[in-house]
Amino acid sequence: MKSPALRRRFVEQIKVMFGAEPQKPALIEERAIKVHTLKRMTNKAELAAAKEAHRARAKNHKWRNIRWATLLFVNLLFVVSYHFDIQLLEGALTASRFAGFHLIDLNSALQVMLAHKHVITNLLIGTGTVLVLWLLLGGRTFCSWVCPYHLLAEWAEKIHLWLVQKKLVADTPIDRRWRTVSWAIFALLALATGYTVYESISPTGIVSRALIYGGSILALLWVLALLVFEIFFVRRAWCRYACPIGLTYGVVGIASPVRIKYTLEGCFHEGDCRKVCLVPHVLDTVIKGRAVDTEVPIGPDCTRCGLCVDTCPTGSLKFDVKGLSKLM
Amino acid sequence: MNDNDAPEKVGAGETAPAESPTADLSGASPTPGGKPPMSKERARQARRRFLRTILLGGGVFGAALSGYLPVAYAQKKRLRPPGALDEKDFLASCIKCGQCVQVCPVNAIKLADLSDGFGVGTPHIDAREQACDFSCDAVQCILACPTGSLTYHKPPYMSVRPGAKLAEKPILLAKEKDPEPTLNLTERIGVARLTRPESCLAMQGKGFKGQARGPSFKGELRYMSVDRWRPIKVADHPYDVELCDLCVTACPIKGAISLETVFAPDGGQRKTPVVHEPCVGCGVCEMICPTEPASIEVIPGEGWRGTT
Repeated sequence: MKSPALRRRFVEQIKVMFGAEPQKPALIEERAIKVHTLKRMTNKAELAAAKEAHRARAKNHKWRNIRWATLLFVNLLFVVSYHFDIQLLEGALTASRFAGFHLIDLNSALQVMLAHKHVITNLLIGTGTVLVLWLLLGGRTFCSWVCPYHLLAEWAEKIHLWLVQKKLVADTPIDRRWRTVSWAIFALLALATGYTVYESISPTGIVSRALIYGGSILALLWVLALLVFEIFFVRRAWCRYACPIGLTYGVVGIASPVRIKYTLEGCFHEGDCRKVCLVPHVLDTVIKGRAVDTEVPIGPDCTRCGLCVDTCPTGSLKFDVKGLSKLM
Repeated sequence: MNDNDAPEKVGAGETAPAESPTADLSGASPTPGGKPPMSKERARQARRRFLRTILLGGGVFGAALSGYLPVAYAQKKRLRPPGALDEKDFLASCIKCGQCVQVCPVNAIKLADLSDGFGVGTPHIDAREQACDFSCDAVQCILACPTGSLTYHKPPYMSVRPGAKLAEKPILLAKEKDPEPTLNLTERIGVARLTRPESCLAMQGKGFKGQARGPSFKGELRYMSVDRWRPIKVADHPYDVELCDLCVTACPIKGAISLETVFAPDGGQRKTPVVHEPCVGCGVCEMICPTEPASIEVIPGEGWRGTT
């Protein structure tokens, strides 16, 4: 059963996804307050020693490796299906057929429907299938587990963070509300112009098609420009602040059973998870005194990439499937 | 910079900058009004962040529009795959997945780049390089299209371009003797036209010997005399004809083109290729034409206007 505080947080996190800044919780469950109070009484020296020990541990990349393998597998399956004519996964990420069954990217489908104002059966079937898939797996799971631009951006992010560490560049955040505005602009543009304007700059579509059908030079240069911008100016600018696909999938995944779950008790509040996170605003709950309950599911803007799960030294962040633990 | 952006509570800090640390402290304490007011530094940061956001936003928006403008101003029409909706509807509905590209047995369909200016990722056919010769027999690209951009049957409320409607379903010569010889097409994607009659070999009474497009040409065509099912390279099928009629013999559609006798101004007789109503605009004649540039071309999106 969801506690009142969690229900409140659920709504808060939807607002946060649309660009609101996470606030200090107004309502915290009694049992969580108890844990927070106990933590304040912990011996500071012991705490520091334990943190030191955590830092010294070898880095764990389990989920990252599984995820990268999945992402590469899915994207290579497209390439292999075409070039060796296996006909298993035909098409590109915008629309495809898996063993003959239509799959259509939700944002692309939305753009086409808005531009064309006409929906045919195949489009409906493909969209419905994908909708159910990501309703179950968690909307933005698409971003980190499937989107090929995400992987490129992850590598660019590594370079960016290295440059930041060397103090060669500074990290300059942008207003997250821009993504909601951009989503609305592109939806309106599709509606008004009758053309899927967003698709012409969508790095997801461009990279996916480039992998399968070969490069279209100018479009790839645009993607490269985005990556350069992310390396030198704004960390993960596209995925964090601009991509309407991310918001579409975020909305789809609002009530998804697959998510990351935070357990307050063992957490040392070191904040390493927030440093690796693409969307640290969903992890505000790990800040000391912020957790509204002893167990807090992470909000819909989370891409379920698992970097925080890998990083967490205490196992306080874990993948969780709602209801599954009760069933088993 | 507009100082009015800063909340009134830190007004003291603005008049006396030296005291700003204390102003910050007072600013950090909660006020009865609700939100704690911003410090001057934070206000500046917020302002900069706002400007950056506008900058990135404008950049993305501009880039998106630059992707649209070439479409809006596209001067040259492109040949779309068979069954394509009219250009405006086609651009609106194409999801740019390339499934039509994947099913085409002769790789006639290509996807556009940003610079091509007619919709990045949309499919088109460059007939001179590789025309659609209906080697798939069933217009597979239409079957593959998930959004109905390529369609056998247009929705009734969509208008039909003048002259686009085919009088009858076209008969595919390769399966003329089959129980079902027709292609499931109701509209043409263009019409072939003898755009350069002066260079046409038939018009000059010349024959043709050799590879139609030279030894390095990669285009493929299905030759009934070779294999009804498998297209081969045009370069592997040399010709030797008294009077050039390559466009007529290569045409995959029954009754779409023939050599006719015409009278020249000097009174002499000449042969000329004449396009007929069944022409669907596939572009095979344009691909096979041995003159450079091609004497006969397919005009994309063109309708039938009667024999000219």
